[in-house]
Amino acid sequence: MNELSDVFHDWFSTRGWTVHPHQLDMVARSTTPSLLLIAPTGGGKTLAGFLPTLAELSEHPRPGLHTLYVSPLKALAADIKRNLGAPIDEMGLAIRVEDRTGDTSSTKKRRQRADPPHILLTTPESLALLLTYEDAPRIFDGVSRVIVDEIHALSESKRGDQLMLCLAEIQAMSPEMRRVGLSATVEDPAAIARFLAKHPIPCPIIYADPGPAPDIEMLETEELPPWSGGGGKYAIPRVLEEVAKHKTTLIFHNTRAQAEIFFHELWLANAESLPIGIHHGSLSREQRERVESAMVRGELRAIVATGSLDLGIDWGDVDLVIQIGAPKNVKRLVQRIGRANHTYNAPSKALVVPANRFEVVECMAALDAVRSADLDGEPRGRGPKDVLCQHILIRACRGAFHADELFGTLTSTGSYSDLTWDEFSRCLDMVATGGYALRAYDRWQRLMQRQDGLWQLRDPRAAQQIRMNLGTIQDTDTLKVRLKGRGGGRPLGEIEEGFAATLTPGDTFLIGGRVVRYEGLRELTVEVTRRAGRPPKIATFMGTKFATSTQLSERILETFRKDDWPGLPKHTADWLDLQRTVSKLPSADRILVESFPHDGRHHTCIYGFAGRNAMQTLGLLITDRMERAGLDPLGFVATDYAVLVWGLNQIPDPAPLFDGDNLREAFETWLSGNAVMKRTFRASATIAGLLERNWGHQRRSGRQASFSSDILYETLVKYDPGHLMLDITRGEAMKGLVDFGRIENMLERTKGRIDHVILDRVTPLAAPLFLEQGLVPIFGEGRERLLEKEAARLMSAAGLKR
Amino acid sequence: MNENIDFCGTRVSLMPSGAFFWPSAKLLVVSDLHLGKSERIARRSGQLLPPYETSETLLRLAREIDMTNAQSVLCLGDSFDDQDAVKSLDETHIATLQRLQSGRQWIWIEGNHDPGPLGLAGTHLAEYRIGPIVFRHIAAQPCERGEISGHFHPKARVQNVPRPCFIVDENRMILPAFGVYTGGLSWTTPELRNLFSNQAIAYLTGRKILAVPVPPISTRP
Repeated sequence: MNELSDVFHDWFSTRGWTVHPHQLDMVARSTTPSLLLIAPTGGGKTLAGFLPTLAELSEHPRPGLHTLYVSPLKALAADIKRNLGAPIDEMGLAIRVEDRTGDTSSTKKRRQRADPPHILLTTPESLALLLTYEDAPRIFDGVSRVIVDEIHALSESKRGDQLMLCLAEIQAMSPEMRRVGLSATVEDPAAIARFLAKHPIPCPIIYADPGPAPDIEMLETEELPPWSGGGGKYAIPRVLEEVAKHKTTLIFHNTRAQAEIFFHELWLANAESLPIGIHHGSLSREQRERVESAMVRGELRAIVATGSLDLGIDWGDVDLVIQIGAPKNVKRLVQRIGRANHTYNAPSKALVVPANRFEVVECMAALDAVRSADLDGEPRGRGPKDVLCQHILIRACRGAFHADELFGTLTSTGSYSDLTWDEFSRCLDMVATGGYALRAYDRWQRLMQRQDGLWQLRDPRAAQQIRMNLGTIQDTDTLKVRLKGRGGGRPLGEIEEGFAATLTPGDTFLIGGRVVRYEGLRELTVEVTRRAGRPPKIATFMGTKFATSTQLSERILETFRKDDWPGLPKHTADWLDLQRTVSKLPSADRILVESFPHDGRHHTCIYGFAGRNAMQTLGLLITDRMERAGLDPLGFVATDYAVLVWGLNQIPDPAPLFDGDNLREAFETWLSGNAVMKRTFRASATIAGLLERNWGHQRRSGRQASFSSDILYETLVKYDPGHLMLDITRGEAMKGLVDFGRIENMLERTKGRIDHVILDRVTPLAAPLFLEQGLVPIFGEGRERLLEKEAARLMSAAGLKR
Repeated sequence: MNENIDFCGTRVSLMPSGAFFWPSAKLLVVSDLHLGKSERIARRSGQLLPPYETSETLLRLAREIDMTNAQSVLCLGDSFDDQDAVKSLDETHIATLQRLQSGRQWIWIEGNHDPGPLGLAGTHLAEYRIGPIVFRHIAAQPCERGEISGHFHPKARVQNVPRPCFIVDENRMILPAFGVYTGGLSWTTPELRNLFSNQAIAYLTGRKILAVPVPPISTRP
């Protein structure tokens, strides 16, 4: 099947379309075992992926599963089903297309296993689940093609690793299966190709015409960006003007909380009542679907969104993208800009709105990077072991297996191609027995090796439990929010449990753009009413917090070296000048440390420009060393460029805190005890199957919560420090949340050159940090002193004496 | 640092570890050890948690016995996560227990997890009375003055710091769980809070005992 038949050409011409060269290319090379297509949004990428399937099935109709399509979003699977319907119906092809996601009914799922459609649209999680059934080999026998959509997004997460392991298994069931990846523009296409292909088969890359360079600028406003804070409220009048001038505008925010506030403020200022919606991952499915379909029908003039709209097919005629807040990462900005693609081959139009003055600098740096097509990204590491462990469980659910055979399949996956046998055996042992030095579970082990050498579940009934715990997406601890009264009604969305715990009846917060009043907690549901009296507290959402990329940080530091800044708006240039006058501007080869009093506490601000995660780690390390030095730190807050520490005592000399060797040594001892490790342990142990999902949440009224996973972690560190799960946790924390590599880079580039500036007040550059969310409290001597004080205060307030 | 308080005419010590010591009776009391929890979880749900909590809990108990030089030890129920957990104790744990028991009076109070005799040395009782004090696993209704119980694993939250705690009022006391693998129940949960008067005080465990008034019973409609 190397070219399209007349039926297809006719169909394209009745539609008034021409086939894109890359779409023809995909058909021409459809027999290639692995093929990666890189195309901008709106380039007919998905159709390019499916054309070979449609062509093959129209020439040679046959029953059974022909093409498996996997996308990161459930919604995408449903939309593709709709969109494929048009060509299939209009060309009169006898092709059955079905989706299978978490929303598919169990009856339909059972039927699909017995009688699979020609094209099955699914997600990595649903596919993994399908592979736990004994009849999987029968379903996948003869599958000809797999299409992985939005592979650039999947390749950045464990979901992608899990998917590729699943594909390796399916490939073993159907050796002729060809793989196709569809990707947006990325910085390292070859890496995605290696990720996609069966190792070591080469994977050629087809590049679609990227189209004209985007038309992107910083939004000019009459009102100046504030000194600090996020959200971009000051720009609302200008944003509304732009919305009025365009057909459909996507307004992207970096966090859900900011999207909520912005949406709220936008409506307060929306005198013309332009139809504007909101879309983010914490809203209920119904609410998101309502917004999506209104958008498809062209009923919305703007949608305030977060990463939840980063992916997906083109909902509506978006002709403007506005990014509120610094984009943190150039690649993501480029991909977001690509959403404004209402006419292919016309430049995408985008505006960037810095939320504060510091972000003006960051936005300018990002725009320069976009214009010079200088994309950023971190190389993807080796395949994670927790995902591997889960995969062993998936395999075991399906039936008995040979360890050698499984090892062979696993290592045919790009990201696991260098997995050693020893590493694999350790994972297998942990899955089977827990992997503890104390062999306590001989009677209860999960997998056992039979006489014939095959491995199987000790108790086949465990398969059900394992299925319920599949997946690599981390559940944050969230609670549903419902309106009180009459059966509760549909949930409005979710808030984080930690936030819910801070609410007292009468408090108000924003959700779905509405101010609601907290009434109480009932059976793990937050009950609210519409009565809103007080200014809203802000709901906090986990969401992903991206760190500003290394490349972007370098560009910012580069900017600071200049004598003046004709490219920057005057207000920002003046601000940098002021900082230079009262203190210094940070530079790439020195660490700037400022100390000043504020609000009765001693504050120290350290400018490291190592990205949020590394700065967070630096904060933990520095406060740990302060604790040892008796400086009684109380807490800190980290941003992408600085960490602000406060405490009961002043830091006399910061140099010893930064001593490289000491810092590294402290890092090693500190790492095992810190909160990031505990959080990472919980996530990884859940993925690896050592902990069940929702661990610690079997709360019913009047029962104790089961104990925290932190206790498990501490016990393991104390009694079994060599345990595989601790190795995995460490590796995960190092590359993700701890990001010690970027601290090393910072120490390397500054080589102990520290400038300590002592001032009597907050500096211009430090001021924004005081409004940051995500303060990290330090539970040391300082906190103990305060806790004691508080206890004494409460006792005397209650008139109690001891 | 422990905290000495007067309770129903006796002078008693609340230990930062969550243990209770009565100096004049040389009696050490610990509640809700939940020994064998990881084994029970493995048996019942297939999850293979780090199997070290029994060692750790016994180690902590040994430390308290050493420190107080107790002549009697009373385990206030739910000492084992279930009856079968007793059988799965390994030899080193049994040896540790025997070493702790030797030369001391040892009382096992029944709990809802471990009703009935355990097949271990020591006295097995539903409740134990001594002077003005009665020890039982679950607080009785209506309240009996001088009662000390466990079961609820009370946990307090001050300045957003959660800590296991003792809760004490004029009539009764509830001990925190001493076992390592134990969760907690918030001090404001009605089932727990309603057992106490508005004069109740929580003694938070930790580096040292901290006394805090328990928030009053909420009058939420």
